[in-house]
Amino acid sequence: MEDKTPSIPRELTQNPLKKIWMPCKNGLPEKHISQRKVCMTNCPTLIVTVGLPARGKTYISKKLTRYLNWIGVPTREFNVGQYRRECMKIYKSFEFFRPDNEEGLKIRRQCASAALNDVRQYLTEQGGQVAVFDATNTTRERRETIIQFAEQNGFKVFFVESVCEDPDVIQENIVQVKLGSPDYTNCNTEEAVEDFMKRIKCYENSYETLDEVLDRDLSYIKIMDVGQRYLVNRVLDHIQSRIVYYLMNIHITPRSIYLCRHGESELNVKGRIGGDSGLTPRGKEFGKKLSQFIKSQGISDLKVWTSQMKRTIQTAEALSVPYEQWKVLNEIDAGVCEEMMYEEIQDNYPLEFALRDQDKYRYRYPKGESYEDLVQRLEPVIMELERQENVLVICHQAVMRCLLAYFLDKTAEELPYLKCPLHTVLKLTPVAYGCKVESICLNVDAVNTHRERPEVVSRSPKIPD
Amino acid sequence: MALTINTSTEQKKLTQTPLLKIWVPWMGCNLNRRRGSSVPQFCNSPTMIVMVGLPARGKTYISKKLTRYLNWIGVPTKMFNVGQYRREAVKIYKNFEFFKTDNEEAMRIRKACASAALKDVSAYFSKEQGQVAVFDATNTTRERRAVINSFAKEKGYKVFFVESICDDPEIIAENIKQVKFGSPDYVDRDIDDAMEDFVQRIECYKANYKSIDDEKDRKLSYIKIFDVGSRYLVNRVQDHIQSRIVYYLMNIHVTPRSIYLSRHGESELNLLGRIGGDSGLSPRGQKYANALATFIKGQKISDLKVWTSHMKRTIQTAEALGVPYEQWKALNEIDAGVCEELTYEEIQENLPEEFALRDQDKYRYRYPKGESYEDLVHRLEPVIMELERQENVLVVCHQAVMRCLLAYFLDKPADELPYLRCPLHTVLKLTPIAYGCKVEPFFLNIEAVNTHRERPGNVDVNRNPDEALQTVPDHI
Repeated sequence: MEDKTPSIPRELTQNPLKKIWMPCKNGLPEKHISQRKVCMTNCPTLIVTVGLPARGKTYISKKLTRYLNWIGVPTREFNVGQYRRECMKIYKSFEFFRPDNEEGLKIRRQCASAALNDVRQYLTEQGGQVAVFDATNTTRERRETIIQFAEQNGFKVFFVESVCEDPDVIQENIVQVKLGSPDYTNCNTEEAVEDFMKRIKCYENSYETLDEVLDRDLSYIKIMDVGQRYLVNRVLDHIQSRIVYYLMNIHITPRSIYLCRHGESELNVKGRIGGDSGLTPRGKEFGKKLSQFIKSQGISDLKVWTSQMKRTIQTAEALSVPYEQWKVLNEIDAGVCEEMMYEEIQDNYPLEFALRDQDKYRYRYPKGESYEDLVQRLEPVIMELERQENVLVICHQAVMRCLLAYFLDKTAEELPYLKCPLHTVLKLTPVAYGCKVESICLNVDAVNTHRERPEVVSRSPKIPD
Repeated sequence: MALTINTSTEQKKLTQTPLLKIWVPWMGCNLNRRRGSSVPQFCNSPTMIVMVGLPARGKTYISKKLTRYLNWIGVPTKMFNVGQYRREAVKIYKNFEFFKTDNEEAMRIRKACASAALKDVSAYFSKEQGQVAVFDATNTTRERRAVINSFAKEKGYKVFFVESICDDPEIIAENIKQVKFGSPDYVDRDIDDAMEDFVQRIECYKANYKSIDDEKDRKLSYIKIFDVGSRYLVNRVQDHIQSRIVYYLMNIHVTPRSIYLSRHGESELNLLGRIGGDSGLSPRGQKYANALATFIKGQKISDLKVWTSHMKRTIQTAEALGVPYEQWKALNEIDAGVCEELTYEEIQENLPEEFALRDQDKYRYRYPKGESYEDLVHRLEPVIMELERQENVLVVCHQAVMRCLLAYFLDKPADELPYLRCPLHTVLKLTPIAYGCKVEPFFLNIEAVNTHRERPGNVDVNRNPDEALQTVPDHI
């Protein structure tokens, strides 16, 4: 601990955008006080996938990357297969992957190096905190190379191995993601499957799984049979713990998630934000239409979640099914601006209004919340959504934007401007590496509550974060 | 999906329950039949957590800790330690011979104790609304585990096994020293005798110990903890609560450390007897901050993390320490909603019914447009999880927040939590020992107002103002 005895306490000033109290000198903020960022790793982390082809490595990589970015940890994935495709342009056949193909091996090693180089740049120069190195990494030798690379650069390493021998799962995997791969665009299904199976064979003989004894000093999670069983070894820090928790909660059982807002509310119609008002007649009509829609979907075992605000609950009531109220699904707290119209905010708090437009994601209402705060409070909802199967979430505009951004991998800049109109249901169905979105407008008129990013942001100088 | 067809086409009106501020359909007086639940449903069927492992592998430590955590997050949980039942049945423990596998008399007693415990588990679930029962015993044979599994299956309980495996002699020896010597079994024994006897006791179990088999038992739901958390094997997590339990177990550790809890220094609003707000420190509060810095230095803590809330008063307090600190929004004081910055007198004057409801059930009472202690616990859960992961931490927070954190560490139930004493200018040093937590209060000798309001005698909505304000502490 530093032995600095301050004789005069430092003045505090509240940063106008995020409403964070920080020490200042002459009215200007002194230094960045560490904010509670979810990832408290001091050094960057390299997540390394391990496993035969068609074991879900890329699926896991993409999903994990999406999750970490959403919770605010800058993460990027590096798929060595991509590098190989860029290098080789045309994929001929599985023969490229034969262990005795010297030329092939050389290219593959180069691609791995190129990827690691980009990893290094991302983590040291581009502000990345986590890099996901997505490749088979099936030999101890290859993994050792990566470990040394990480050691040289001061990165922590966490391995994620996926082990699966169920032929049905592997087959389904191939159908879902391999057939559509650039490698197989000109093949018919049978040819593609046959070639891919031979490709897998090329790796099988040299495959060295993470060993309980030999690799006991490494940090890793071994996922077996798509999540039936996990082996977790030496979790080093907070971010690894969160990653393990996340990986242990996701599944691949087909299902759909329905997102919608409450029906039109009294305050919506008055153009006022926040509050806890009830539904207008049109809002109630939406409730009825929603009920019909849900019944027509014929969903087995649907869970229904609402917030604890009257308007979502009234909407759910129309469904005549049990529902769960989550306080964390409540709309963003607009603090002193609650129940105001945008015009009133402009009149009474012009600076606040301008700041919000400058950085809508990080802007926190006085005595209220920011989108950034919302994401943090919604994280348990996302985790539970991952665990669940068919769910209908009846929530609010800002909340729905945050949830949608998670599923559709939208950045913090885009998030607060995602379109989530009233009386429209979004049906999200996981497909391949992403999420299919179907927008279903239930044909009940409602006011528009969407405010676009204005062209002219502010007349006052931009205030530093 | 079982659709409950609502025969009435008219949607029911909603009403907001006065205490919890939850919107429910108005069903006359029958508010119990409401459809929506206000607390996310953790589990539908009761769950039995069954410990497995040789003696001195931390089973009781884990059981107690897990029970404490689950109760704190609102899942009614109770621990059933078969050793306790045995001590009640056999009054006096002679020596390890009791545990020899050829001791038929003893085997009968031990089996009877396990059955009695299982019976109590059943009663806990059916009559006391328990949701989780932690069955703490060695359960080292497949046969015993099969008995428990059948019992659970028959009753419709889910089962989750927690096995602790450790062969590090140092850890085992430390374990024995920490908790066995203090056990009623060894109360009159000399330490070396006790150690010798306990080692023999472990031997009695070793011969027949069958760890959960990863092949034969692959249909079971379990977690195997190796070497105090260096490695875990997790199999078939069935539901939300099991997932939370696994996450918790993977985050706790046994490395010695201390947690320091303190409130911010006295604030301007404290002096005025006003609640909430975001005011700065009073002169005395500033003095406290300096005193805290001196105190912390005197403790000579290696690698101390300092956490504050986002509110000015905790940050000002931390600033005096001259070390980096982390701001957590989750540590903000309870949101008093419409009552923010009011005095208790003003609340009584303007919202007497709210004031009375709060006294009736201070834990669950939610301020209008604000929060309840119950909400606070929910928001503090990630803080507790991170505190478990960390080592030496100083948390500078607020009265209600500190009460919630303290209740977790000291295993205080919901009805005591809102009345725990957390005075200003006092640091609580918490050090885990044995199965619990040692608390040392350090009053840093800087005067401050008292902000603790006891529960008044009369909590009826129709009480008169004097009765309501009887316990309000003095202020300007």
